[in-house]
Formats: sequence, structure tokens, C-alpha cells
Amino acid sequence: MTGFPISSSLWASRLRGLAATLFTLAITLVGLLFVTFIISRVVPIDPVLAIVGARATDAQIETARVALGLEQPLWQQFLIYVGNALQGDLGTSIRTGEPVITAVGRAFPATMELATLATVIGVIAGVPAGVLAATRPGSLADHIVRLVGLMGYSIPVFWLGLIGLLLFYGVLGWVGGPGRLDTAYDMMFQFEVTPVTGMILVDTLLAGRFDMFANALSHIVLPAGLLGYVSMAYISRMTRSFMMNELGQEYITTARVKGMPEWRVIWVHAMRNVLVPLITVIALSYANLLEGAVLTETIFAWPGLGSYITDALMVNDMPAVLGGTIVVGVAFVTLNLVSDLLYRLVDPRAR
Amino acid sequence: MTLTEWLRDPNPASRRQARLGQAWLGWLRLRRNPLAMAGLIIIGLLLLMAAFAPWLAPHDPITQNLQNRLQPPLSPGHLLGTDDFGRDILSRILYGARITLAVIVLVAVTAPLLGLFIGTVAGYLGGWVDTVLMRLTDIFLAFPRLILALALVAVLGPGIENAVLAIALTAWPPYARVARAETMTVRNSDYIAAVRLQGAGAVRIIRGHVMPMCLPSVIIRVTLDMAGVILIAAGLGFLGLGAQPPLSEWGLMISAGRKYLFDQWWVATMPGLAIFIVSLGFNLLGDGLRDVLDPRSAGK
Repeated sequence: MTGFPISSSLWASRLRGLAATLFTLAITLVGLLFVTFIISRVVPIDPVLAIVGARATDAQIETARVALGLEQPLWQQFLIYVGNALQGDLGTSIRTGEPVITAVGRAFPATMELATLATVIGVIAGVPAGVLAATRPGSLADHIVRLVGLMGYSIPVFWLGLIGLLLFYGVLGWVGGPGRLDTAYDMMFQFEVTPVTGMILVDTLLAGRFDMFANALSHIVLPAGLLGYVSMAYISRMTRSFMMNELGQEYITTARVKGMPEWRVIWVHAMRNVLVPLITVIALSYANLLEGAVLTETIFAWPGLGSYITDALMVNDMPAVLGGTIVVGVAFVTLNLVSDLLYRLVDPRAR
Repeated sequence: MTLTEWLRDPNPASRRQARLGQAWLGWLRLRRNPLAMAGLIIIGLLLLMAAFAPWLAPHDPITQNLQNRLQPPLSPGHLLGTDDFGRDILSRILYGARITLAVIVLVAVTAPLLGLFIGTVAGYLGGWVDTVLMRLTDIFLAFPRLILALALVAVLGPGIENAVLAIALTAWPPYARVARAETMTVRNSDYIAAVRLQGAGAVRIIRGHVMPMCLPSVIIRVTLDMAGVILIAAGLGFLGLGAQPPLSEWGLMISAGRKYLFDQWWVATMPGLAIFIVSLGFNLLGDGLRDVLDPRSAGK
């Protein structure tokens, strides 16, 4: 990373820091599993009855109980639960009889596609808006950015989705409706495109089907744009406060006194330092989008994790709900870890 | 001496005078911020709406009138139109303000108290108690709030009480963090040592001398948090997990209007506007309050 030789004690302290982070991560994951385990045990639905049905004999019920490991003490059940989860076994969906991990694996790329595009939109719109507000504090532009940001914090995202559908799909007809593709393309996609990543935009491009790509784009642009607005609200506010902080520093004054053009002072000198905390903010907003996607997906019939969890919720399919919850939780924790590692990489002081 | 002079007195005669003087200065700073004042007015209106709903509402919020269903806004007697059961939307929104307010008050009382308790105990006692409690806080923070609330309501069963419980159970960790940080700063101060030398126990010190110091920062957080609480409550209502029909909860009203979105747009639009305006009000006020009460950002 640096050109200088690094003493062994520095490496040791770095490794210790990393080990501590990983240990915290492991504890958090076990805690997460503990919470879902408790929830799944207090749920007023008998898992045995759900499997064997109401007319089973006592012997059948007993066999199912043993098969589920329910005759063992709770702490052993928890250990089995953790062991299964670590091997990717999140239980079986009551509704479809399919392993939860399979269904979640199918749904996850759809959510990721949506959240990634939304984050990209949020960064592209939010960072310049925040810089604009920070360079002209108290100006009209500053107030507008502030108000637009606060509005993004205050809008119920599912309602915004409905209004967006009404306006841009129902009235204006500019974008595709609910779903990831038009019905006709949906059939074609299943037969003609081999899924590589599970993300439709990527897969259609890889297959060279530009007509299908355009159709998919017309469907994703509205939900991604709305979620992007929500993340822009957060990113622009944070950028503004980080940038204000940097612009008050002495090295900025020095750069200005040297006669450096203002754009270079802001976008090169200050931006490098703003980027450090901004990475954490972007990772956090990405994680929040996974959550915001739950409600948005139900509005746009988007076959992602959020739709999977809420559909399962409606029929009390608890293994599916909790499996989905665990996956979202793990994604959340992983994003935090990634932002932590990136932070160390970018900020020399944190090394 | 007029009241203003008494408040501005640079040499306050009593502790109460000094405190009120500070509050007065804060109020003056807040009044200079037009956005914060707008937020205050919105919240005032919400309170009035909730308090006087029976007198303000032109119709009963629950009685159905199927002959009158799906009337557009501005039709005679129905300023905001009617829903699919012919109920006046304006009246339902006015009564819905009571539900929203009840949720806010219940969460604002329970979650910060729980967080305050956990944070101060962890911060004051330190050691393994601190480690365990803070690890617990981290685990809850690692969960996305809405998803955890969803899973909790799924277990407890849908309903407004369980929704409040689930929101409160997911809302406390940030308060615990704030309270712990404040506790760490006062824990080793002289006045705590003095109280301890007088023989006060941990319970008395935490309750009487540590918690009051944490209150201001917790209160700012509550204001900023309320918009999020409103949105989560509405989201749970929208998914059918919060308030149940025929209650006129705003999120529930939006989900009822979803079926008629493309032809009778007002059924879903009006309650959504209500949610948006109220949570914007809390955000504007919270933003302004932070500028006033947090000296670090006051200069900017």
C-alpha cells in the first residue's frame, strides 16, 4: 500500500484490529440467529402440525418431532439451528415445500439489481447536490437541497411508488409497469436467455438481446429512481456537512492562496478527504435500500427478497419469513464490514 | 421589569430564571429558522386535528354509505372525496390523526426510556455489564428495523398494539448508544464522586444524577426519530400488519386505495399526503432543534 517499509508491530496491530472486527462480526451473526431462533420458537404455529397435518397418528407426530430435533433441550436445538444456518440450510418453506435458501437465492439478485441501480442514482445526484449546498451555504440552492433532502426522509416510499406508477405509467406512459419485463418478454426471457447473474439487465446484455434490455430498463427505471431519491436525500445531506467541514480547514485556504482554481480546490483537494467518511455513508444507504426495497417491491411486483418475505408473511410461512430476515441481516452486516475495511484502506489514519 | 427583561437578565437570581432564560434564547434562535417554524406549525395542526376530530370531521369515519362510494374530491359535502365504502376521506384522515398521534406518543415514551435505562446502566457500571448490554445493542442495530418489526408482528399477530410494541422494540438501540456516551462523560466527574461519598447507591446515582444529564440529547433524537416511526407504522399498516379495518389508520387507507389507483387516484393519494406532511413537520422541527440545541452546529 505505501512505499515505506512497515514495521512488524504495525502489521501486528493491524491484524489485531482485523481480528477484533471479525470477532465482533461473528458475535453479531450468532446474535442475529439467536433472535430469529427465539422468534421461531415462540410463534404460535406448531411446526409439527404444519408438516404432518391435523389427522396424523401419534406415531407420525413423534417421528416428525424427532426429525425436527424438537425433543432435545433448547440450547441443543439452537446449536443445530446455527449449524444448519452455517451450512446454508435455512429450513423449508411451508407454502412451497422448497428449501428457503433456493428461493432466496433466486430472489436476491433481483433486489440487489434494484438497490445497486438506486445507489448509483443516489450518488450521482446526491454528491454534486451536497457539494453545491456546501459551497454556497445560506443561498437559495442550499435551502432547496436541504428541503428536497428532508422531503426524501419524510415520504412513505410505498406511497411514492404508487404515485409514481399512477403518474409515469398510468397517465404519461413513459415507463414500463409492475414486474421486471413485459409479459411477452417475460416468456421469451425464460426460454431464450441463460441466467448468469440473475440480474436481468446484465443477463440480457450478455445474451446480446438489446430489445429485451431496453424493456427491462423501462421497468426498473421507476422503482430504482424512487429508491435513488430516498438515498440521494441521505447522501446529499451528509456530503454537505462533510464538505463544509473540509472547506474550513487550513489546507484549503493555502490552496486558494496559491491561486488554484476553485473547482480543483473543491473536487480534488477537499473531495479526497470527503470521500473517506462518505464511503461509510454510501454503504449504509445501500444497506438501508435493501430494507426500503421490501415495501417498494410489493408495489412494483418485483420478485425480490422483499416480495418473498411479505408474500410468505401473508400465509404465515414462518421459515420463509425468518430465512429471508436472516439473509437481509447478513447482507446488512456484510455491508458494514465492507465499509469498515474500505475505510481503513482509504484513510491512512485508520490503518 | 418586563418578562423579556427578566428572561434576558445577565445575572439570574435563581436557577429557574437562568434555565428559562436559556430556553428563551433557544426559542429566539428557533424562531429565526422559517423551516423549523413550519414544522412546529404542522405538528401543532396535527395536535389540533387529533384533539378536535369529532367537531372538525363533517362525517362519521366508519359508517358506510355505499350509494356515495368513490366520489371525487370537491364533490358536495366531501372535500377530499369518498373511499370504496362511501366514507368521507377527510373525516377518516382527521380521525386517523388520533391513531398516528397515539403511536407516536407510545413509542416516544417507551423506546427512549428503555434505551436510557440500558445506556446509563451500561455506561455507569462498565465492565462485563457494559460489554453484554452494548453487544446486545449492536445486534439489534445490525437488523434492518422494518424487517425486524415485520418478523415481530408476524409472531405477535397483527394489530395496532403489537405494531407499537414491535416498533418500540426496534427503536431503542440508538437511544442506548446516546445515553451511554453521555454517561461515560459524567461518570467520573466530581459531583458524582461527592454523591457516592455521601453513601448513595448505584440505583440512586443513575436515576437521580446520571439520567437527567442524558435527557437533552435523547430528546433531540426523539424528535428526529418520530418521522421514521410514523413511516414504519404506516408501512406496517400498509402491509395489513398494523391497525385493522375499519380503523382509519393512514397506511391502511393507502393500501385500501391501491385497488382504485388508476381510476380513483384520490383514495390512495390523500392519506399518503397526510403521512408525508406530518413526518416532514417532525423532520423540519428536529432539524431546527438540533441547530439550536447542539452548540457545535449552531455557528454554521
